Amino acid sequence: MEKQIAVEARGATKIFGTGEETVRALDDVSVAIRENQFFTLLGPSGCGKTTLLRLIAGFELPSAGDILLEGQSVTHLPPYKRLVNTVFQSYALFPHMTVAENIAFGLEMRGLGKAETAKRVEEMLALVRLGKLGGRRPAQLSGGQQQRVALARALANRPKVLLLDEPLSALDLKLRKEMQIELKRIQLETGITFVFVTHDQEEALTMSDRIAVMNFGKILQIGSPTAIYEHPTSRFVADFIGETNLVEVGAAAPANGHVRLRFAAGNEVEVALPEGVAPGGRATVALRPERISLTRDAARMLTGRIDNIVYFGTDTSFYLTLDDGKPLLVRVQNREGARRSYEVGEQVGIAFRPDAVQLLRD
Amino acid sequence: MAVAAAPATELARVKAVVGRQTALRRLALLAPALFIVFLFGVCPLFIILIYSFLESGAYGGVDWVFSTDAYVSFLFTRDMFDPSVMSFNSSNLEIFWRSFLLALFATAASLLIGFPTAYFMATRPRSTRTLWLFLITLPFWTNLLVRTFAMMLLIRDEGFINDGLIWFGVIDRPIVMLYTDFAVALGLLYSFLPFMILPLYASLEKIDFRLVEAGFDLYANRAKVLRRIIIPLAKPGIIAGSILVFIPALGAYITPTLLGGGRDLMIGNLIALQFGGSRNWPFGSALALILMSVVLVFLMIYARVSSERNVQHG
Ligand SMILES: Nc1ncnc2c1ncn2[C@@H]1O[C@H](COP(=O)(O)OP(=O)(O)OP(=O)(O)O)[C@@H](O)[C@H]1O
Ligand SMILES: [Mg+2]
Repeated sequence: MEKQIAVEARGATKIFGTGEETVRALDDVSVAIRENQFFTLLGPSGCGKTTLLRLIAGFELPSAGDILLEGQSVTHLPPYKRLVNTVFQSYALFPHMTVAENIAFGLEMRGLGKAETAKRVEEMLALVRLGKLGGRRPAQLSGGQQQRVALARALANRPKVLLLDEPLSALDLKLRKEMQIELKRIQLETGITFVFVTHDQEEALTMSDRIAVMNFGKILQIGSPTAIYEHPTSRFVADFIGETNLVEVGAAAPANGHVRLRFAAGNEVEVALPEGVAPGGRATVALRPERISLTRDAARMLTGRIDNIVYFGTDTSFYLTLDDGKPLLVRVQNREGARRSYEVGEQVGIAFRPDAVQLLRD
Repeated sequence: MAVAAAPATELARVKAVVGRQTALRRLALLAPALFIVFLFGVCPLFIILIYSFLESGAYGGVDWVFSTDAYVSFLFTRDMFDPSVMSFNSSNLEIFWRSFLLALFATAASLLIGFPTAYFMATRPRSTRTLWLFLITLPFWTNLLVRTFAMMLLIRDEGFINDGLIWFGVIDRPIVMLYTDFAVALGLLYSFLPFMILPLYASLEKIDFRLVEAGFDLYANRAKVLRRIIIPLAKPGIIAGSILVFIPALGAYITPTLLGGGRDLMIGNLIALQFGGSRNWPFGSALALILMSVVLVFLMIYARVSSERNVQHG
């Protein structure tokens, strides 16, 4: 069965300020998020992630464009009439209420009966594993516990869509890892659509069904974690997600959806032409450091000199300078027998398979 | 062991000395304030307490004879011809009651007017808040007496308001406002409104407005957000403001004197009268003490009730 679209933004634009100090926080953003998905907005600080979330929640009116929930435009609906709940970055727990009262608040506001509310609160406390803490005030909880209360308070309303604005950013690494697993478990259990904001690429890759990478108020690429990681279409995405090498190549005229790329060492590779790419003589490709290797053979794509070798236990990183003066990183797994002794200062070749080459749009 | 213990006790001794020194230094810092409070707060209170148990002198002042007359005469009047016969007299109680109602009105009205004002100020951008604060404190730049006279000019029979209304043909004879309870209530409200707004503003300004958004997010409309989130969080300011308005309004003097025209007294006028025209210092002292005890009793009941409610919540 085809899944329904839960949230959609159509040409959503948000401009803050007036006169000369205007900020285009969101610039013509269109995105459709399907039901039951764990959808992540990923991007550097100030790229407009929170703004998009606030438009969906209804705290901000778009300057242009439309927000739809389940196909219905909600652009002019106040937040308390939208079946959407938010887990705020700051948690925003009500300090004058207990944990249980916090969780019950939304249910009370929607006029749910006392017994039903109490039952739901119990369920939620169990779901986020806070069993006996219902009587405490938020100030008496640790950061991680507060975060879970915020989650329970939002989930208690069984919203169609849950918006999470960097909910894990205030937690330390260990707790953060735990909560990532917890969040994923809850999302699978409840089947609620999650729209999750983060600027941590690892978090985005491990948790999401789909990721939208944003920069300067625009969505640059939307895709599954694998697609985003392995087939970035722009320099920004390639650079922002994981480590990558950007290499300049010569490009022949494209023919029936393919293009031949010429590398510095003289070899050519034919790759499929990604949508929207029109190379004119030259192009940039992305090469993941773990998809390329060093070689002393003549069959090579690039040549360079080893500047530095760093041993990491499971793998070894080679920092090179290419013939054209650009840096390059190669990462080789330390398998038994596969070890070859390269030396600092040595001239080596770089080899890779054609499918390691990702042609970029810009 | 003994060798090890000796430096430890030495350390403790030094610490104690240092501790005592810092305590002394703190006391020295506090001394001027303590001195003033004692000299002008506690001493007069003692004098009043003693005076209230003396007989009044014929030309003001007191005769050093012990008497509870001052307190008795709060509720009873002695018969003119036979001083041993006493009859109940409610006029003082009525004045207390009137003062109480007027102060209550002033408190409630200033809360109703002050809350939206303070909310408005607290939600302005940080840079313009200072300007609003300045505007609120502007009345303090002129004397209350002058401001009250100005008010008289506005509301008297030939004042701006009546003249204006007649000129526009809304009314054909002046509405009597000056020298009425209405005028006193209005005057009290006007005089004490800033004392409500400032603490309200202070507590509203501290509210994290993301909590308001969280309320909206959880299906609470504006009214519910106000009642369930903003008002509970602003409670300290509401309490402080109410106390700051109610207590001085209860003992107000200038406002009822000028705007009430001396016909309808408030406690403040009654007390002032005893030290002036009536030349009954002990009665004036007793009235002052009764007023103070009433206020204290209210504050205690309030403290008790609010702490009980907190216990229930926690
Ligand atoms: N209320 C506002 N008034 C003016 N500018 C704003 C406002 N809110 C956001 N902006 C601007 O809009 C841009 C996007 O902000 P937004 O909060 O959406 O970023 P973000 O992606 O959530 O960043 P972060 O990861 O730091 O939270 C920023 O340049 C920010 O300065
Ligand atoms: Mg943000």
